[in-house]
Amino acid sequence: MTTALSIQDLRKVYGNGFEALKGISLEVQRGDFFALLGPNGAGKSTTLGIVSSLVNKSSGKVSVFGHDIDTRLTQAKQCLGVVPQEFNFNPFEKVLDIVVTQAGYYGIGRKQATERAEHYLRKLGLWEKRNERARMLSGGMKRRLMIARALIHEPKLLILDEPTAGVDIELRRSMWDFLTEINAAGTTIILTTHYLEEAESLCRNIAIIDHGTIIQNTSMKALLQQLDTETFILDLKEDLDEVPTLDGYVIRSRDAHTLEVDVPKSAGLNALFQHLAAKGLEVTSMRNKANRLEELFVSLVDKNLKQESA
Amino acid sequence: MNTRLLWTAFVTIVVKEIRRFTRIWVQTLLPPAITMTLYFIIFGNLIGSRIGEMGGFDYMEYIVPGLIMMSVITNSYGNVVSSFFGTKFQRNIEELLVSPVPNWIILSGYVIGGAARGLGVGFIVTLLSLFFTDLQIHHLFITIAVVLLTAILFSLGGFINAVYAKTFDDIAIVPTFILTPLTYLGGVFYSIQLLPEFWQGVSQLNPILYMVNSFRYGILGVSDIDIGFAFAMIIGFILLLGGYALHLLNTGKGIRE
Ligand SMILES: Nc1ncnc2c1ncn2[C@@H]1O[C@H](COP(=O)(O)OP(=O)(O)OP(=O)(O)O)[C@@H](O)[C@H]1O
Ligand SMILES: [Mg+2]
Repeated sequence: MTTALSIQDLRKVYGNGFEALKGISLEVQRGDFFALLGPNGAGKSTTLGIVSSLVNKSSGKVSVFGHDIDTRLTQAKQCLGVVPQEFNFNPFEKVLDIVVTQAGYYGIGRKQATERAEHYLRKLGLWEKRNERARMLSGGMKRRLMIARALIHEPKLLILDEPTAGVDIELRRSMWDFLTEINAAGTTIILTTHYLEEAESLCRNIAIIDHGTIIQNTSMKALLQQLDTETFILDLKEDLDEVPTLDGYVIRSRDAHTLEVDVPKSAGLNALFQHLAAKGLEVTSMRNKANRLEELFVSLVDKNLKQESA
Repeated sequence: MNTRLLWTAFVTIVVKEIRRFTRIWVQTLLPPAITMTLYFIIFGNLIGSRIGEMGGFDYMEYIVPGLIMMSVITNSYGNVVSSFFGTKFQRNIEELLVSPVPNWIILSGYVIGGAARGLGVGFIVTLLSLFFTDLQIHHLFITIAVVLLTAILFSLGGFINAVYAKTFDDIAIVPTFILTPLTYLGGVFYSIQLLPEFWQGVSQLNPILYMVNSFRYGILGVSDIDIGFAFAMIIGFILLLGGYALHLLNTGKGIRE
């Protein structure tokens, strides 16, 4: 058994008649680090909500480590840890109590629960706050509290719905390290995020969902290969008189001494530099523009929108 | 989940519930202590001394069991309705929903948590009553059994109310418009033998009358009604409401989208 999560033809129509999921299918392999991406309202939380039995599905099949949630829900739940998008702990309870209580729901006795709680709260930098009421925590701490709570029964599959929303850069990186570490130790992870660089640096496989359908489901590598051009920003030593032109490249000036160049994968950079050198332009530094993945993402979602309205 | 895991989960919920109401004791334990002390002073001492006897007892002695029962009923109901509604409202119900705890354990945990508050308040009120009267318990078993079953029954009621409630107003409607009148008219303050026959008949449709009277019977040894019937009725209601509450949980009413 190698499938951590299997979703087949999953549909969800909410009470108000809104069709949030239009029959999605998805497989996540054991050990994977998987990103579920998509614009606001795409259906990510709905999908994860159904998997974690917070939302009733309208039709379709879901199984977690081979346990169908219709027939073997208890076993499925035991494999699953959930970090929801919205804070959902009792703000008046103490941090340690929240985590230990959650362990109790999985039948873990108080002694073991307290040991594990200490382990995870320390790992997530919350041990000092263990006796604070949850509402006294900062936004980033609240998220980490939910991660500690989700891990307390050591689930095989960890689902995180935007775990780094509102978390500062430094903390985000330490959270990435933490998630990478538990993934390496064998926990399958599925996360949603709006930070594509996060997906890029963490995840091996991705699915993009939009308007309740999956529009891409592939490996991160294959996705990045779809990018046939890369955009670079070149800083020049001296100001430009005129923007150079070169066949096969699109060159724009950002300001008097900065160029932005679209470089086709097939063309490479040598020809560009030779050309610039010939023009007497000296490049002092070069970097990748913004996030390539972000551009691809926008173009995919755009394409989907056009197809839908067509 | 095996029995040991289920037990741990159950204890976890009960402990969480007890921690909740003791943490906010100023809202949960203190008000009934104050209210009931006032009842003892005003109805028992001041007015009661002019009333004379009721059902063959001092008026104070007569109302103490009724007032204890009233506190148990209000507090069991009130605990579960506000705790479970709060859990829904703050969404920490999701902590339970993602976990493998079966619904009947969730229900039992909340109900026993509510009963714990009902009985705790009942105990406090009993202690306070000792400043005003001597309590001699006639039938210990009946006294304990009836108060326990009543606490469970009203905890179940509170649970069902919380499942249906969508706003904070919804958790006040039943206690204010149904529970309080039924309790006041349920023989807490008087014996229904004082009423004209017609109203005695009407009163007998009030389930709370049976609980208050059984409890009074346990303590004083007098009752307006048949104790065996009262027990059967309370247990019947518990099975009915318990089954219904479980059904609501199983279908995810008001809890799952
Ligand atoms: N309880 C609900 N009732 C009706 N419609 C809902 C409900 N919850 C979500 N929706 C709708 O379903 C769609 C998908 O919502 P969902 O929360 O799954 O999106 P998402 O991909 O998680 O978005 P975000 O990135 O903003 O979190 C949205 O159009 C949303 O308005
Ligand atoms: Mg979402």
